[in-house]
Amino acid sequence: MSDDQRYGLARNITLAGPLVLDGGVQLGPIDIAYETYGTLRPDKSNAILICHALTGDQFVASTHPITGKTGWWTRMVGPGKPIDPERHFIICANVLGSCMGSSGPASTDQATRLPYAMRFPVITIRDMVRAQAMLVDHLRIPVLAAVIGGSMGGMQVLEWAATYPDRVRSALVIASAARHSAQNIAFHEVGRQAIMADPNWRNGDYYADGTVPSAGLAVARMAAHITYLSEIGLTEKFGRRLQARDAKSFGFDADFQVESYLRHQGISFVDRFDANSYLYITRAMDYFDLAEEHGGQLANAFKGSATRFCLISFDSDWLYPTPESRLIVHALNAAGAAASFVELSSPYGHDAFLLDVPEMYRVVDGFLRAGIA
Amino acid sequence: MSMLRPDLAIIADNVAPSTRALDIGCGDGTLMAELRQRSNVDARGLELDSVNVATAVAKGLSVIQGDADTDLAYYPDGTFDYAILSQTLQTTRHPQKVLDELLRIGRHAFVSFPNFAYWRVRWSLMWGGRMPMTAALPVMWYETQNIHQLTVDDFRALVAELGLTVENAWFLTGDRRISPAAANWRAEHAVFLLKR
Repeated sequence: MSDDQRYGLARNITLAGPLVLDGGVQLGPIDIAYETYGTLRPDKSNAILICHALTGDQFVASTHPITGKTGWWTRMVGPGKPIDPERHFIICANVLGSCMGSSGPASTDQATRLPYAMRFPVITIRDMVRAQAMLVDHLRIPVLAAVIGGSMGGMQVLEWAATYPDRVRSALVIASAARHSAQNIAFHEVGRQAIMADPNWRNGDYYADGTVPSAGLAVARMAAHITYLSEIGLTEKFGRRLQARDAKSFGFDADFQVESYLRHQGISFVDRFDANSYLYITRAMDYFDLAEEHGGQLANAFKGSATRFCLISFDSDWLYPTPESRLIVHALNAAGAAASFVELSSPYGHDAFLLDVPEMYRVVDGFLRAGIA
Repeated sequence: MSMLRPDLAIIADNVAPSTRALDIGCGDGTLMAELRQRSNVDARGLELDSVNVATAVAKGLSVIQGDADTDLAYYPDGTFDYAILSQTLQTTRHPQKVLDELLRIGRHAFVSFPNFAYWRVRWSLMWGGRMPMTAALPVMWYETQNIHQLTVDDFRALVAELGLTVENAWFLTGDRRISPAAANWRAEHAVFLLKR
């Protein structure tokens, strides 16, 4: 296996396609950047697909090539962790529309030899999942032992289970929802408007001269970052403490620590993310409504499903609050699917799924062990 | 198996193999795990406490965090062969509604509860004049989750009122099974198997 070029870190594959998108456009060929960890068993029974969130990437458990930081989910993935390369064959792919090597607005349009920019077709969560299925085909894995993801990753998991029920044995959905609420869409619109209001955005055609809409993208990130935290978390971490000064400046510097923190979050984000990708992926999330795809009844999405489901929410998550997970659970019950659900307590808000919540790792470990012999 | 609480042991002994069961108020999933292992039962659980749910899910069981009073409505009719409600009826806000729901969701229902007419309870109330504290009812009145205490005769009356059928009944004192004679006096715990 180890000399198979399809497996390993920092893989890139171009798949011919074409992929017929929900928007009606045919897209192809399609680039997919991905990583795999661990060894696929001869019977291919131990493959786990990890789906990343809005600004995540394929570097789930390896060093990020731009930031130099360790993988974004090393608490979950690694030796001795619930998802363990010693036992599992782990796949994580950059989603369609993103900017870490998979096809997206920054990719070159073969027809024009120019970056797509806003000429890239609008995509959906289901389109992302279809592209992942093409990758899984390429890896010649008929059935995934588990698909797992938090936030937008959880939406992809739901979409996997609904679109390819025979290819998903266990589905793990963390801090997610089956549709974007008005509030979710509203926050995303603020971010998109911040990007598009940046004079450097230029209708998306900013790739040629390297002058990117970094101010707009940073503001989008700052606004979004607030929604990933909780009030209690922010208060504990920053309170009203001042940043490297003894008194208020009576000006508009970052007087408060929380301002300084958010500015840092915004500035460091623009180094690793493409503004147009942010527009496309937030749009895909806003368009997501799994019930709508199934005649308005969420239960129809899971009818007859043999997939085992596990959902986890966090009590301090106000972006995808517990009632959103309960809606999914009720639909799973109505469909007769095997489902588990637990709301865990954490002060970290939506970001809890990435952080130190020991109960989550215990639940995930037990759920996965029960599904993979 | 010997670790199983006596009322749960009775239920485990009487669930037919290879059936589907919903354990409402399943705690950490002890009965579900037993049913799965011993009788190949497809067991699902509903439990209020998140720590218990996490423990049960970590055992590989399918358990949903939810409330018997509100969340049973989301299960379709006749989904299960058995709906199991052990030591939970007296903690629900609407016991009669919950009983009705059990036999909407399941073809049969197991219900176990502590008998408030057990002679030690009566004795304690009669001579102590305070809310009884016994092995089966070990919590102070202001801390107990048992908001709808009932007796064996109360239960029989409710079952009759709801037009349900008692298929079987078992009675316990401590860990010992006792005869049904004068159960309303002599039984500390009761387990009923009902159908519509």
